[in-house]
Amino acid sequence: MTARAPQPRLPDPANGTGEVGEVGDAGDAGGVSRRRLLGVSGTAAVAGIVAGATSAYAVSQASAATAAQEAGPTTAPALGLDAAIPFRGEHQAGIVTPAQDRLHFVALDVVTKDRAQLRELLETWTRAAERMTAGAEAAPGGLVGGGPNRAPEDTGEAYGLPASGLTITIGYGPSLFDDRFGLADRKPAALEELPPFVGDQLDPKRSGGDLCIQACANDPQVAVHAVRNLVRMGFGVVAVRWSQLGFGRTSSTSTAQATPRNMFGFKDGTNNVKAEEPEGLDRHVWVAPEDEKGGGAWMAGGSYLVARRIRMHIEVWDRTSLQEQEDVIGRDKKEGAPLGQAKEFDALDFAKRGPDGTPAIPVNAHVRLAHESQLGGIRILRRGYNFTDGSDGVGHLDAGLFFLAYMRDPAKQFVPMQRALASKDLLNEYIEHNGSAVFACPPGLQDGEHWGQSLFA
Amino acid sequence: MSRPSLRRAAPAALALTCVLGVAACTDKVETSSSSTAAGTGGAAGPITVNATDTTCELSATTAKAGTVTFEVTNAGSKVNEFYLYAEGDRIVGEVENITPGLKRELKVEITEPGTFTTACKPGMVGDGIRAPFTVTGTATAGSADQKVAKAIADYKAFVASEADEFVEGTEKFVAAVKAGDVAKAKSLYAQARHPWEAIEPVAESFGDLDPKIDGREDVIAEGMAFTGYHRLEKDLWKDGLQKDSGAIADQLLTDVKAIAAKSKTVDPTALSIAGGAKALLDEVATGKVTGEEERYSHTDLWDFDGNLEGSRQALAALRPVITERDPALQKSLDARFTELSSLLGTHKAGADYKSYTALTDADIKALTVSLDALSEEVSKVPGVVEAT
Repeated sequence: MTARAPQPRLPDPANGTGEVGEVGDAGDAGGVSRRRLLGVSGTAAVAGIVAGATSAYAVSQASAATAAQEAGPTTAPALGLDAAIPFRGEHQAGIVTPAQDRLHFVALDVVTKDRAQLRELLETWTRAAERMTAGAEAAPGGLVGGGPNRAPEDTGEAYGLPASGLTITIGYGPSLFDDRFGLADRKPAALEELPPFVGDQLDPKRSGGDLCIQACANDPQVAVHAVRNLVRMGFGVVAVRWSQLGFGRTSSTSTAQATPRNMFGFKDGTNNVKAEEPEGLDRHVWVAPEDEKGGGAWMAGGSYLVARRIRMHIEVWDRTSLQEQEDVIGRDKKEGAPLGQAKEFDALDFAKRGPDGTPAIPVNAHVRLAHESQLGGIRILRRGYNFTDGSDGVGHLDAGLFFLAYMRDPAKQFVPMQRALASKDLLNEYIEHNGSAVFACPPGLQDGEHWGQSLFA
Repeated sequence: MSRPSLRRAAPAALALTCVLGVAACTDKVETSSSSTAAGTGGAAGPITVNATDTTCELSATTAKAGTVTFEVTNAGSKVNEFYLYAEGDRIVGEVENITPGLKRELKVEITEPGTFTTACKPGMVGDGIRAPFTVTGTATAGSADQKVAKAIADYKAFVASEADEFVEGTEKFVAAVKAGDVAKAKSLYAQARHPWEAIEPVAESFGDLDPKIDGREDVIAEGMAFTGYHRLEKDLWKDGLQKDSGAIADQLLTDVKAIAAKSKTVDPTALSIAGGAKALLDEVATGKVTGEEERYSHTDLWDFDGNLEGSRQALAALRPVITERDPALQKSLDARFTELSSLLGTHKAGADYKSYTALTDADIKALTVSLDALSEEVSKVPGVVEAT
């Protein structure tokens, strides 16, 4: 779990005690779950939380008969952890959506040669994804409606659980646009395999993929259920290439969220591009119509996803002194302030020198190398997750950061950033990139549309 | 070991013309404003359903057996669904994705009177707004299905033929073991077992005979001796023939003859045949493609072939039934059986299958991917043949 900022005490709209810090309870009239509210970092957000809680409460009252879980359009989606996130919109959900706590990510290869089957699957997936993000079974009556002799259409483990902020985000890998499905001329220009970087230790079994599905939710069971059911619908058309579970978000994608910590114990994603910066999103995250004028024009409003499995040498890090840890990262461990500053959100001052005359933020510190001022203004929207896949064969934690980042053009954003980091970052002593993939995530769907339409238009 | 479910289908309250799954038996007609009932049915004209976010009002809560038409209008603000359930929340018919303002039609065939349940489901989640719905009148006759009777007869004939082959193959194998001819016994082992792998779900239902014939050392029950094919496999490939190998071989032949005779007495149903077809593929998934079944001989691909052939033959018997009721499924089954058979065939060396140990990780994954694709389709067959 990530650490949370101190939680403000809020008046409780459900029972009026005024002593509740778990707004999630307001939407839990059915007693399904009790989860803690995401931390908040500012007073402005507190007002938002109160509004969100009230709204969630109203919904739970109004829909008691159907147990519907819905987020009203005015509800800040991060705030009711059980609420449903709208599936359709200008952009796909799961990108600027305030990062949920849990992830199940899967990369798939298309195994059919039949273009029509792939298109049909994308339609089937759209329908199921929309249902599941609303908190419904993957298919109508999926639990028991098929009667005793059929295999249930829905696997059932999320039945009765709230929507839990589930988002299902789809992406297409460069290999999908080879000669198999007649999609070569639909390939967006910016969708290219990443170049090799210094120090890469990439495992082909954790890399690449024709398609990806990112399922994020505030309940891991809901995220896993979504992927499991979509994979099942795809048998014969797609096959899983690799998958990754993430147990705690490492980035905030909204100012309403506290900055979480990564497995190194440091706050991560402080200066992320956030949902509340529309200009930043347009500049750094969303593909603009002028970016893709040819066959890839369908990507306008979409975003490119870079996924990297970054194994951390946890045991080595843990026996490293605090001073070195902070120098490697470039922030202090407790507050998360840039070295030489006092508060987390203070600006980084790369000119400032410490008492010994050396730069307060070392020249090869992670935050310096990754900072936009060092990279010609480049920024990306990070949406990564901490992972632990148990232990390796020698008793060390197989853990790290499953780095996910959304951007407008990987070649102009991730590639130069990672080149700078791969060659100089002090952190490289403690990490190893062993999985890598890039995907084109199409724009959001309007009413009546499905994923296959823009791709196969 | 798993067995196909011999459980009968739920009482056949549903129409025979409605067994292909919901999609095939519901007639979804979107209309704009004019309500043109596309069928009169048992009720006198369509039953209107006015669905809002909090209510679900039907113009009638009873109907006569036969074709019943519901005309569902979503007067609310949430996406709605309408269901007609039989007992146990089994879906008789449903319409989904009724967006606000839309009117859609659901036609269902109800052959037997009884109590059903209607439900509107605003927002798609939960149990919905429910009410009982009564169907009166007399049962409409379901026509006896000659095709199903023929399917059962065909499958019985297949089982009998495989059972005979199993006895013959075992006789030759046992003779080689008893003659101490290890090389010959090894060459006969996999093919002698092949017919068994094809009819295992039928044959394995007889008490201890299955573990006596086919039990692996690590899965036989406590207190039971390790006998049968896998004991001889261990002798032939690992330990060399033992003093009691001949006696084990004799007992094996006795047991095989017994199980072959009993297999011929089984009276399957269409549902149990379909369940057996699935169970055979489950065997492949959990024991063969993993290389667990034949740990000494590594002849798992022969067993794989036997299971696959058995599954294919079971569904071949059901083919006329499936083709009639769900032609798209039959087409998909054909394509996926062909695909997996071809893939498996690439691992042959001459007339023989390669050793499991010769497979690469990529080979095993490709077989698994193809097997998943087939199994998912085969798992739909029981739902198609259930109402017989």
